[in-house]
Amino acid sequence: MSPDPRGHPGPQGASPAIETRGLARRFGAVGALEPLELTVPAGESVLLLGPNGAGKSTLLRLLATLLRPTSGSLRLFGEPPASGEAVLRRRIGFLSHQTFLYDHLTARENLLFYGRLYGLADPGGAAEEAVRAARLDHRGDDPVGTFSRGMQQRLAIARSLLHRPDLLLLDEPFTGLDRESSRHLEARLHEEHAAGRTSVIATHDHGRSLGASDRVLLLRSGVVALDRKAREVEPREIEALLEGAPPGGPFRRRS
Amino acid sequence: MSYWRAVLLVAGKDLRIELRSREQAVTLLFFALLVLVVFNFAFDFTIIDFVTLGPGVLWVAFMFSGVLALNRSFQNEREQDRIQGILLAPIDRSAFYLGKVAATVLFMAAVEAVLVPIAVVMFNFRFSGRIALVIAALALNTVGFAAVGTLFSAMTTRTRRGDLLLPLLLFPAAVPVALAAVKTTSHLLAGHPFARYASWIALSAAYDLIFLAAAVLLFDQVLEE
Repeated sequence: MSPDPRGHPGPQGASPAIETRGLARRFGAVGALEPLELTVPAGESVLLLGPNGAGKSTLLRLLATLLRPTSGSLRLFGEPPASGEAVLRRRIGFLSHQTFLYDHLTARENLLFYGRLYGLADPGGAAEEAVRAARLDHRGDDPVGTFSRGMQQRLAIARSLLHRPDLLLLDEPFTGLDRESSRHLEARLHEEHAAGRTSVIATHDHGRSLGASDRVLLLRSGVVALDRKAREVEPREIEALLEGAPPGGPFRRRS
Repeated sequence: MSYWRAVLLVAGKDLRIELRSREQAVTLLFFALLVLVVFNFAFDFTIIDFVTLGPGVLWVAFMFSGVLALNRSFQNEREQDRIQGILLAPIDRSAFYLGKVAATVLFMAAVEAVLVPIAVVMFNFRFSGRIALVIAALALNTVGFAAVGTLFSAMTTRTRRGDLLLPLLLFPAAVPVALAAVKTTSHLLAGHPFARYASWIALSAAYDLIFLAAAVLLFDQVLEE
């Protein structure tokens, strides 16, 4: 594991990285996420699947403490978000559908702003390293508004990993990436996993991420339809569940 | 990161974006100038004393252009969901609020710095009061307007017609600061002794303190989803 520049305990610990008890969220009359019981040990990589509107983004935003649950409780690294929320937020890296980047600032300025906001010891160095990791050093001083969607996505990923978070919450990280960039991202996620960081990655492209994940969580209409070790899941079972087949079909693979 | 460094960081980011885009500077300045020109044509200032009407004209221009600045301030954070990026950062969320207030105050102050000399020339007014007090009065009331405006701007940008809702909420709440601003400016332009407008200054100061303190305490709930 790489040294932790922020001085808080590393990702591995006695408490699970994520622990939810009856965590639910409604938007008016619509139940986006039905009561969810979930425990993710530190260091585990979870692949979050589901059709559109299944509740994946809602779950990620709840875990990122950006959304208050309608009911139930959440603990991250053993702490409820309300106690020391800022300390917990420092341990979270969140990638949304939106980039969070400022169009009129350059790539370096965007990363420097976020680096300073996270109180990094050397925000300039971290920004430089992140620009290189995103393979944008040749465009580092250009405004982000002039970037293609794929370049913005690469920079957004660099932003979410800038402060070396212990918990990665990535919503469709492969969106807009070309093949080479996707390979780079896969390699980066593999490094983060090897470093013991916990991750929850929501994607529609399960073929790409299944082999690199420890666990698969599939949501349908806000309800867990599958929660199993990745090596025990058949891709065609995922396909069938995504197409609406009832859970518990004849697909289970022996480990 | 310290609280005040976070405030400066947010304000500095807004200023840098503005210096680069000049989106607000041009709109705010031309809007405020247009207000002055319209009032100049509407009233004959060779008959009407500028001290009577001038402070109202100036503050209409400042506050209306301030609303434009406030609308843009949070719209920019809502685009690309940038506000979520800031809410995720390990800073006190009220520091984000104070950073936005500081940036709005600076934008409004820039408009005031350009507009006041133009108004003096345009309305052929001979100023005999104390400049330091005029600046203090402008600052005090600008801070009050930006403080309440930033709070309402954060509340309304999430709504579908936030740009329409903001003035509807803001102007009634800003009546005390508008009254105090116009009255203080009027007394200052007339060269009256401090004792005659001390109570208006006190009102502005109290308004600033109450709204800044309330917003710092409430801002987390305002942003909550």
